[in-house]
Parts: sequence; C-alpha cells; structure tokens
Amino acid sequence: MSSQNRYTVTPTVSVLAVMKGRLAGATKGHSLLKKKADALNMRFRQILRKIVETKEEMGKVMKASFFSLAQAKYSSGDFKHTVFDSVDQASVKVRASQDNVAGVKLPKFESVKEGGGAVDSKLGLIGLGSGGKQIQECRKSFMSAIDLLVELASLQTAFLTLDEAIKTTNRRVNALEHVVKPRLENTIAYIKGELDELEREEFFRLKKVQGNKKKHAEAAAAKEAEEAAAAAAQGSGTVANGSGAAGAQQQQQQGDILGVQDADIIF
Amino acid sequence: MAAPATGEGSLLAMIVDADTATGLLLTGVGQVDIRKRANFLIVDDKTSQARIEEAFKEFTSREDVAVLLINQVIAGMIRHLLDAYNKPVPAILEIPSKDAPYDPSQDSVLQRVRFMFGES
Repeated sequence: MSSQNRYTVTPTVSVLAVMKGRLAGATKGHSLLKKKADALNMRFRQILRKIVETKEEMGKVMKASFFSLAQAKYSSGDFKHTVFDSVDQASVKVRASQDNVAGVKLPKFESVKEGGGAVDSKLGLIGLGSGGKQIQECRKSFMSAIDLLVELASLQTAFLTLDEAIKTTNRRVNALEHVVKPRLENTIAYIKGELDELEREEFFRLKKVQGNKKKHAEAAAAKEAEEAAAAAAQGSGTVANGSGAAGAQQQQQQGDILGVQDADIIF
Repeated sequence: MAAPATGEGSLLAMIVDADTATGLLLTGVGQVDIRKRANFLIVDDKTSQARIEEAFKEFTSREDVAVLLINQVIAGMIRHLLDAYNKPVPAILEIPSKDAPYDPSQDSVLQRVRFMFGES
C-alpha cells in the first residue's frame, strides 16, 4: 500500500531533503487555502442572507410599481406606444466595479443616471396632456425598483462567483490534504526506511570486512608461526646432520638455473 | 470575466411583457442604437419561443449588457437555457410581471440559495 501511494524516487539523502521541503510547502499551502475557504464561506453566508431578503423586497417593490403604473394608465390612457417609440439612448446605465474577497474578484454593479435623467429627453414629456403627475410617480417608483434590481443582480453575480470559487478552493484543500500530503509522507517514510536499511547493510559489511581482516591476519600469523617453526626445525635438522651435501646440491642447481637464464636474457 | 465597458457603464437588457417594459423604459434604461438594435424584447402572445431564445442568446453574448431582466413567466418558457447558463456576467434576474406575482420557488437562483440553506 505504502509502496504504491508514493512518488518513485531514488532513496537518497538529497531527495529526502527535497521531499521534506515539499511537505512543508504543502502543509503551509493547505493551511492558507483553508483560511481562504473560511473567508469565502463567511462572505457567502452574508450574501446568501441578503439575497433572500432583497428578493422578497423586490417582490414588494415591483408590486407597488405595477400599481402606480396602473394608476398612470387610468389617468392618461394607454401610453405604452409613446414610451416604446421614444426610446433612444439609455440614460440609466450600470457601472461595474470589482470587489476583492481573499483574492476572488467579485463583480459589483451600481446604477448610474446620466445626463440629468429622463426628464430632459422625450420621456419627460409623456403625459403632458393628462396624467403627467401619475406618470412621473410611476417613473420614480420604477426607478427605485431598478436600483433594487441592480443591487440584486450584483448580489446574485457575487453569489454565483463565490459559489464557484468556494468549490475550487475546497477541491484544492481536499486534494492537498488527502492526496499530496499522504503521498509525500509515504515517500519520506520510504526513503527513511531505505536509508536505515542501507546503514544497517553498511554496518554489517564493515563488521564482515573487519572479521575477514582479523581472520586473514590470524591465518597469516599462524602460517608465519608455522613457517618459522618449520624453518627452525629444518635449521636444527641440518645442524644436527652436519652434512652440507644437500645444501651444496641446492646451490649447484641454482647456479645451473642462473646459467640457463643468462643465455635467455640475450633476447 | 473582466467587466466590459466599465468606463461609460453597461446596459440593462430586458425580455419582458408590455406592461413591465412600459414601466422600465419610462425610467430611461432603454437604448436603440444606430442599427435599430434594441436592448429589450417585448414579449406578447404572438412572440414565438424561438424568438425569445434568440433574444436571450443575443443579450447574453453582447459585450455591453451587464444585467438581463426576464419576467418570471417568460423565464419559465426558456428554463432549459437559463439552467444551462452559468456565466456571472451578464447577471440574469427573474422579475415578477404584472399578471403573475413573484413566486420565489420558481426562481432558479433562489432554488439554489434555498438548497444551500437546507444543506448547510
């Protein structure tokens, strides 16, 4: 099991150091990512609560707006075609900015009115004949609805973005915790085991070498002693015999050999 | 994901019925450019679903649209497109219409919010 869930490395001291460094990095990264996930989650909860509130408020505001629209229609007849025809350039726009939460960029919208609003344009003249006041009331009502809608859009976008970011962060945290870290730990354990094994082997080998050396030394000492004993025995023998015949014969042979070798040396 | 056209502000796009359109356009969010391309689609009984789907695709792919407002009734007609849509910008917002009051249980985003609350 442990041999499968680890990196294939050569068990050396330098690789061990590298692996330890990587483990330290993974631990650090894990704790940092966990903090980030916590921060994102906190923000997420806030937004969640706000979305529910704003959605319900939006329901109410839209209802009020439609009521005022009905009032305006009642007082000035059906003016929708006038409205549709007088659409030209948008005076209410959305400005997007960015909010930063723990490195996650959240788009943020806010509505801006340009050029003094619709009063200047043709829209301001609708209902000049009759029911102008109701129409302006209706316009105001829808204006506040738009503000609310834009806020809601911003919240909703933040919600979706955060959701995605939290998912990614959690995935990373889990990957570090359950895949990378165990694997590094296993690798380190493996390398340590192998190094210990090598050390024991080395120790055993040294002992063996030492033992061998001792044996050789003993053997050599024994042989020496034997030779010395033999030489002593021989020496005592010749001395005891008193005849130099054997020694003379040996010397002659040696002389012969030397003579033959001399002839060969010419080459 | 960088917000497009941050400088001069982006538009609100709408796929709504005539009454909602009247109210919203009254505030001055409507825009028709030189090529007669409007940022809103007024849906009535005669509008086909294909036309709505086409408008939805157009508004969600336009660079200058930041928020897309859809009547909940109309959103229900193209629910499959809404569920498949997962970009943060433009944000899609389901709004109530005059005839149909707001029903939170129908909203795809609110469904997820509810799910999160129930889950966590």
